[in-house]
Order: sequence, then C-alpha cells, then structure tokens
Amino acid sequence: MLRSLTLAFSMALAASLPALAQDGPLKIEITDGVTEPMAIAIPAFHGDAAVAQQIRDVVAADLTGTGLFREISRDAQVARPGSFGEAIAYEDWRAVNAQALVSAEVTQGGDAISVKFRLYDVYAGQAQGDGMQFDARATDWRRAAHKIADQIYARLTGEQPYFDSRVAFVQETGPKDARIKRIGVMDYDGQNILWMTDSASLVLAPQFSRDGRRLAYTSFDSGFPQIRVLDIATVSSRPLTQDANSMAFSPRFSPDGRWIVYSREQGGNTDIWLMDAASGAQRPLVQSPAIDTAPSFSPDGQRIVFESDRSGNPQLYVVGINGGEPSRISFGDGRYGSPAWSPKGDLIAFTKQVGNQFHIATMRTDGSGEKTLTGSFLDESPTWAPNGRVVMFTRVAPGGNGQPKLHSVDITGRNMRPLSLDFAASDPSWGPLMP
Amino acid sequence: MIAWKKPAAAALLLTLAACAQPAPPVTQTVMDPYANAAGGALYQGDLAGGTLGAEATPQYFNNTVGNTVLFAANQTALTSEARTILARQAQWLNTHTGFNAVVQGHAEETGTREYNLALGARRAGAVQEYLIAQGVSPDRVRTLSFGKERPREVCSDEACYAQNRRAVTVVSATGAGS
Repeated sequence: MLRSLTLAFSMALAASLPALAQDGPLKIEITDGVTEPMAIAIPAFHGDAAVAQQIRDVVAADLTGTGLFREISRDAQVARPGSFGEAIAYEDWRAVNAQALVSAEVTQGGDAISVKFRLYDVYAGQAQGDGMQFDARATDWRRAAHKIADQIYARLTGEQPYFDSRVAFVQETGPKDARIKRIGVMDYDGQNILWMTDSASLVLAPQFSRDGRRLAYTSFDSGFPQIRVLDIATVSSRPLTQDANSMAFSPRFSPDGRWIVYSREQGGNTDIWLMDAASGAQRPLVQSPAIDTAPSFSPDGQRIVFESDRSGNPQLYVVGINGGEPSRISFGDGRYGSPAWSPKGDLIAFTKQVGNQFHIATMRTDGSGEKTLTGSFLDESPTWAPNGRVVMFTRVAPGGNGQPKLHSVDITGRNMRPLSLDFAASDPSWGPLMP
Repeated sequence: MIAWKKPAAAALLLTLAACAQPAPPVTQTVMDPYANAAGGALYQGDLAGGTLGAEATPQYFNNTVGNTVLFAANQTALTSEARTILARQAQWLNTHTGFNAVVQGHAEETGTREYNLALGARRAGAVQEYLIAQGVSPDRVRTLSFGKERPREVCSDEACYAQNRRAVTVVSATGAGS
C-alpha cells in the first residue's frame, strides 16, 4: 500500500530564494468569467532519473486538466535553465508569453526518488513561494507528481488542491440485464487501480470515509441489500447490517467517521437512520410514510441533506442530526435526487431530472442559486473533489449497449471531461486529499 | 411444436391421463391443444412444463400462475390487472404451503440509483401486502429490491421501461410439505 510521502521544505533551497512577493503574487481568479487559461511553462525536469519526464508529464496533465492552465509549447521553450537552481532568464520566458514557470529536478537512489521544484512568476521576475522537496518510493512517483502539481495549483489559484487524491468507483461488465459489478479505488486521474471486491455479488455506491481509509457500500452478497464496511489497506470487509427483513443501502460516513447515515427499508417504506460505525447501534433520524433516501452529511457533521418524495415527487430536504422537522430546500421543476454536500460546506451538488433529461447541478445549502452544470440522457451520482471545486459523476449512454462512464466538471460548468478508463464505471466517490 | 397423427394423439391422451396426479388441468390442457390441420391434428401444447399435473413447481407458478406484475411510471399502486395476477399467486401459495416467496421489486433505468432501490422496495411491499391480505402467512413472503440493477428489457424506450417497472414473485420449496 501507499506510504505517506515525506514532505520536506529544503532549508538550503528556501534560503537561496528571493523573498516572497508581498503584494500581488501571480494568481488566477476562478470565476464564471474566466475563459483565458494561465500560460505556464513546464520545461523538461532536470536530473537523470528515468521517471523525471514522466513526473513532468503528470504535473502538466494535472494542471492543464483543470482547464485553468495552458502549457507553453515545448518548441517555444528556448530558455530552459542548464541546471536546477540556475538563474532564470525571465526575459526569454516573457518573450514566449509564459506567465508562470516550473523548474524541477528528480534524483533517484535505489527505490527512492527525490523531487525538488520551484515555481516562478515570470512577469514579476521572482519565485512564487518556497522551493520544496518531496521524497517518495520510486513506485509512488505519480503521487510525487500530484503533490508538486497540487503545490502549483494552490499557489496560483489560492484554492485548496486536489490532485493527490483517490476515487472509489464501481466497475461494470457484462450485459445490461445481468451486470457484474465490483468496487475499485484509483488515483483521481484513473491510474493505479486497486480492486476491493470480487465479482461474486452485486455491489453499489461505495463511499469514502473522510480519512480515506474505509469504504461503506451496499452489497447483495447475502441475497438482500445490506451495508458493508471495507478497510482499504487490508482489502477486508464486514457487514454492518444483517437484518433479513430490512433492506439497508446508500450509506455515507459522518465527517468524523464515527457515524454512518443510510437508508433503511421496513415493510416497503424507506427511511433514514443513523448507525454507530463501530458498534452497529442504530436509531431513526427521518421517518415518514414517504421515500426518504440518499442522505449526505454537511462537513461540520451537524446536518444531513437527503431526498424525499413526501411532497409527491423527489425533492431535497435538510435535517439536523438530532432530528426534528426537515426543511425543504429545492423548489424547482423536476425531480431532485442523490444530493452531496460539498466538503467546503458552501454548496450541495445533486441530480435533477427534467423531462427526459438528467442534469448535475448545484445549489447553496439554503436552496438558492441553483446552477445546472451538465445535461444528458442520464447523469447521476455527483461526488466532490476534496477542495469543493470539481464534481465527478456518472454519465450513462442510452440503449441496450449503453455504458456508464465517469466524467468531471468544474463548478463553473466548464471543463466537462470524461475520465480516461478502458472500462465502464459508475458511482464515483472522491476521497480526501492525501497527507 | 410437434405435429401428431391422429392415432398417436389418441395414445398421448391416454398416456397423459394415466400420468396425471390428482390435478385436474390434464383434461383441459390435453384436449385444448388439438386443432384440425391439413394432414392431421396439430399439437400446440407445452409438454415440457406445467401440463403434467406439475402444479407444485416454480415453473408452473412462473408460466401459468404468472410471477410478474407491472407498474405505471413512478407508481407503486397495484393495477387491477396486477391484482388479478396476485390473486392467482395468493391462491397458489395458499394451496402449496411448502413454498415460500421472495418478491423482487424493480424500477426502470431513469431515476437515481438510491431512489429506484426505495421505489422497488415499495413495489415489492405492495405485492407482499396484497398476498398477505389474501391469506398468505406473512412469514412466507419476504421482499427485496433490485432498483434499476436488473432490467428485464434493456432498451432505453418506454416499451422496455414498461416491462422493467415490475415486481417478480420468486417461489422456492422450503423442503417441507408441498
């Protein structure tokens, strides 16, 4: 399994850097109006490590994949420094219209690699932030690359980063009427896939715990839908519910990992219950004769947003974790479902069906400011990047051979892109930024 | 389909009558399939399943009683057609007490995964409630929802959706009685 990267501020590097600009550091403002990506130069990394250029390519892919950055063509890069730490010829980079410049060096010793990088503000003619060094196992080179890209992203956008994170998902194979499903975990960009379950029984909708160590999911392995919790490091799972007269599904962890909120069915009616993840003790949270399902915690753990058809068709409601009367927050036309509270706390993403179209959309937590991000035959199951800026979701193609694919979209509604996977997948759950 | 000459058909009738266990349908099913056709009678029955007095089989339940009821879009109320089928299911279950039933609720692909699981559960619950009201012991009927995970038809049109909004009663022998 992965080991934490050693993240070290190199004193020698930091000491040789000019002082951080006190006013107006290079920054890209992410607003609905931004259409011009920032031009960034990422010349070949220094050092003779075999993975040096692969790391460079992943850093570049992370940054350009956001839609916020445009890479300066390699052909235009006439001014690459001769070595890491050499003085930057800012004039030459200005000449090719680079706004930001990344310089890095990768060294390898045995099965360990060390990556140093610096970020420069070309127009200000100075470094932006301290130089940094990441030490990692050679096999974790992709994580080292994501860490560097995260640093660059955070410094240039002012947002929390998200590249060094993982996504749990369900792989789908076989015909549509006898689909075979299994749970996997991968890097956010679709690499380093680890399989968590076999294909023996139907599994649905894994959900990460906030610490990234566990998954809660729905399994039909007993023949009836029940909730299981899986430890990712050991790939071992155990049932949390085992009541044959009561279906249990759509589990999600509380932010502190102590509770699981889920849907529990009795006599055909589905309500929302809370369960102690350790002891399995359960108590009802929302009970009504209507369908109450798809609960999701607020990041402070105090409230839950869920889907209910108590008004006649599915709408979104918010309730405190101590119960009480839920308050309805969605009032638009259409059917609202599968809400997911942003880890930033400001927005709720959800699925909305209007006529024959499905949309991924967001609203503020009081229901105002509804904003549609996508639309297709069937878009569903939104999940948030750890920084609350990007939503990943499932898009299903219509027809007997229609397959589900994972896509992501910026919360501005721009930069919709499919995840590069060579198989069908659904039900993404975006885990935390890794330490 | 098998074509029979008249003398053979007569022999078949005897054979079937001899094999038939107390169950009455034999007369009906054997007499019914014969039709005049050029060159002889034509057998149109189903020798393989359900006609040999084998009422006490899941095959008979599935094919003759009817194991599936359909629902309108986003609805969980039983239609009159569904109630007719469920009345037959209840009658069969009340006769064949050595079988238990699992009612599987399903939904079409439009709709979210979670809502469709709940919707399928409600459909299965409606069937369970009806069977119990018709005298089937509650401890013999369990429910389960597959949501939209197991469609019967796979196209993305109403023609398929109508077949997928369903509850399927699956019977199995308990190993006692029957």
